[in-house]
Amino acid sequence: MPEAKYLLVGSSHAALEALRSIRQFDPDGAMAMLTQDTHPPYSPTILPYVVSGRSRPEAVLLRDRTFFEANACAFVPNARAVGLDAKAKTVKLESGETWRYQTLLIATGAAPAIPPVKGLDGVKFHVLRSLDDAKGLRSAMGGARSAVVLGAGLVGLHAAENMAEAGLSVTVVEMQGHVLPGYFDAKASERIEAAFAGHGVKLLLGRKVVEAAALDGGHSCRVMLDDGKAVEADLLLVATGVRPAVDWLDGSGVAIDRGVLVDEAMRTSVAGVWAAGDVAQAMDFHTGKPALIGIIPTAVEQGRIAGAGMADDPYRKDYPGGLPVNTYRFFGRVALSIGQATATDGVEVSESDENGYRRIVLADNRLVGYASVDQPFDVGVMGELIRRRVDLSQCKDTFIARPADTGRRLMSEQWR
Amino acid sequence: MGAAFDTIAFKASLCDGCGDCMKTCSEVKGGASRLAIVPGAKEGGFELAICRQCGDPKCVQVCPSGALAKDGDSGVIGWDAQKCVDCLLCTAGCAYAGIAVDPQAARVAKCDQCDGDPACVKACPTGALEWRRAGSLYREYGDKEDLFVPGLSGCQGCNSELIMRHAMRKIGRNSVLATPPGCIPGMGSVGYNGKTGTKVPVFHPLLTNTASMLSGIRRYYDRIGRKDIVVMALAGDGGTADCGFHAVSGAAERGEKILYICVDNEGYMNTGMQRSGTTPYGSWTSTTPVGEHLKGKTQDAKNLPLILTAHKCRYVATASTGYMEDLYEKLDRAVEASFEGFSYLHIYSPCPTGWRVPSSKVIEACRMSVDSNFVTLWEYTNTAGLRFTRSPDNPIPVVDYVRTIGKYRHLDAGQLAHIQAKVDEQVALLKLMAADSPSPPAAHRAPGGGEAPAAAGSLSGPLRQEIARN
Repeated sequence: MPEAKYLLVGSSHAALEALRSIRQFDPDGAMAMLTQDTHPPYSPTILPYVVSGRSRPEAVLLRDRTFFEANACAFVPNARAVGLDAKAKTVKLESGETWRYQTLLIATGAAPAIPPVKGLDGVKFHVLRSLDDAKGLRSAMGGARSAVVLGAGLVGLHAAENMAEAGLSVTVVEMQGHVLPGYFDAKASERIEAAFAGHGVKLLLGRKVVEAAALDGGHSCRVMLDDGKAVEADLLLVATGVRPAVDWLDGSGVAIDRGVLVDEAMRTSVAGVWAAGDVAQAMDFHTGKPALIGIIPTAVEQGRIAGAGMADDPYRKDYPGGLPVNTYRFFGRVALSIGQATATDGVEVSESDENGYRRIVLADNRLVGYASVDQPFDVGVMGELIRRRVDLSQCKDTFIARPADTGRRLMSEQWR
Repeated sequence: MGAAFDTIAFKASLCDGCGDCMKTCSEVKGGASRLAIVPGAKEGGFELAICRQCGDPKCVQVCPSGALAKDGDSGVIGWDAQKCVDCLLCTAGCAYAGIAVDPQAARVAKCDQCDGDPACVKACPTGALEWRRAGSLYREYGDKEDLFVPGLSGCQGCNSELIMRHAMRKIGRNSVLATPPGCIPGMGSVGYNGKTGTKVPVFHPLLTNTASMLSGIRRYYDRIGRKDIVVMALAGDGGTADCGFHAVSGAAERGEKILYICVDNEGYMNTGMQRSGTTPYGSWTSTTPVGEHLKGKTQDAKNLPLILTAHKCRYVATASTGYMEDLYEKLDRAVEASFEGFSYLHIYSPCPTGWRVPSSKVIEACRMSVDSNFVTLWEYTNTAGLRFTRSPDNPIPVVDYVRTIGKYRHLDAGQLAHIQAKVDEQVALLKLMAADSPSPPAAHRAPGGGEAPAAAGSLSGPLRQEIARN
């Protein structure tokens, strides 16, 4: 039975960062990275750029064989984990093979959440989570004239833009009243929505799909909306969010809410098992409660902490809590947000419509959220001000008037 | 040795926000400036946003396209324009706005240190931006053989140990070393139980006869034709300025071909922190206590390296571990000069134990001592005279340095004024002596758009008299 002191299940940002973190402390403990993917590591975030053709699929790979050799880590693709026996400390693969571990990282990420729409299982539809999905969508785009996208989150909007730019007639259906809910307030979203409308993308907001049906022998489809209208298209993309990939943990004893529940050290409820990245439900910076924040910065931070814990590194730091971060490009424009950018209750909000839009959210003279459209800001600087809970009472007016300069100044002072 | 890299350092106290650095960067790189000077908290103060080339760079870790990577040789975080998809996630990783959006190009841009020759530094007229090459020195010399045993029993954060190990790494095995009583032998370099603490011949002369013994050793080596041996001392200020001074002065006067390095920690720190001839005015020591009547040392320090220049030595120089580039260049020249005549290197060395400085702040104390002109960096040869190796222009107030040192904690305004006056006087004298040598290209003008710094000739009357009197 193959065995590893460190077994990493998953091969994206969280697992890669855990690898690095482990190797900083333990240069040669036996390590293996298992992934269900057929490719070397890549980021799900890169996929829209593969769809658009901007990035060649072979150029988005983040690590190669040399890297794994140099880091003494066995990289095992096509290895889908289907079961965890925490007592025996083994992971069972779809192939029937079983791996034994001393420490395990669950970094299986998330999988597309498919809504329970009547008739959807009888329709050929696309999702966008893996490199093969991206290649499939890109090739399908080539033969399609029209597309319907379910969901106006980041994946849905990126794909809708790509398809519109490729000349398809695109319709996006979103349940919520605005695009990118949670990241942007209505005013910011409206600017983004206007850009899509300007590029010929039809946005159906506050609408729900109630039924889907195949047409033309499966070459196209029709979706029925809750207002009784129907949309027909050659291509259907389901982008209604993702769900942590936890199915394989059934019966393992690992505590799961929506994702794998972890403590401040990224430990799960089971000894010897850690979790990080999109699969993990770790503490939210603002609420202090477990939350799903499926973005690269949290995956990286969680992966590092988990790796340090697995290697028993005495300098491991506790997870300070995740902050939502979004850097979104659309039709060459920029929309950014960090923290509680849409908060309205118990906070002080400053909005500006000059040279783009920005929304600064303060609580108790401290920054808690920041969003902008067409007005780039230093997301990392604002993130640090939020994380460090920097008291802005001495410079609040200056900060609101000139946030970029003031933020840079505050961080420059912190450096010395 | 671990990774250490060269870096662009920023001295906020010298920046007047002229923006020349940004203009130059923008021109050289053809786009937005990759560093940003922003208004400081105080009126007229400025701060800097620039890539810090982090050791553990978050921008690299969060990049989904593999477009950012830290170069293992230069330490620079490079950006691959081909791989970058303009997602801007890197800007979310950077806490210092070191990678930011260039609005014109709608892409990110970041500092690449101009391949080791940063244009912004050259453009900075006040010396606020500096290109610090200590990183590559550490890398180069860190790989060389350490000629002291591990586990010397110096205090935590001992700067003298740093000087010893670096100096001997640089000088190498072809040397004979004298370490008169002081911290340097005291921490174990002469050894125990019949074994030496060094990998070169080392001996432990008296405080009084170091330079005399070295003179004899050199003459013997000359006689048997071994002119390649570096015959040297690593001595303290007590053994050099006080008890050993007559021997040093005699050897210097005779032009003995030895390298004499004085590690000046401003007192007899090894024996319980008594005052020495180089202890500065106002310092607390165990023999210049601070109480109801006494407020530290009542006399000024003697300027030993300046006294050595009066011996017309082959080479005299001052150095500080706060400026390693300068120290290393001087070590080279001092070694070379020691084959031709008396070569004297005076290295200022804050003592965390005796000065009441946290061990983590020792190098900062070194830098501030230089930045305030409390310590000046210069070199002298008997042919070319004296020249500054670091501009004494645009100093920070001495009080900023003194405040960081525990042994000066008690100083009153009168004492602080005395120290500042003494520093100004010393600098004025050195400027007079350096009047014929080109000044180093650090500061072209004072911050705040002032005129060029006062030339040596324009000294005020009383100061001139004071210098003449000395």
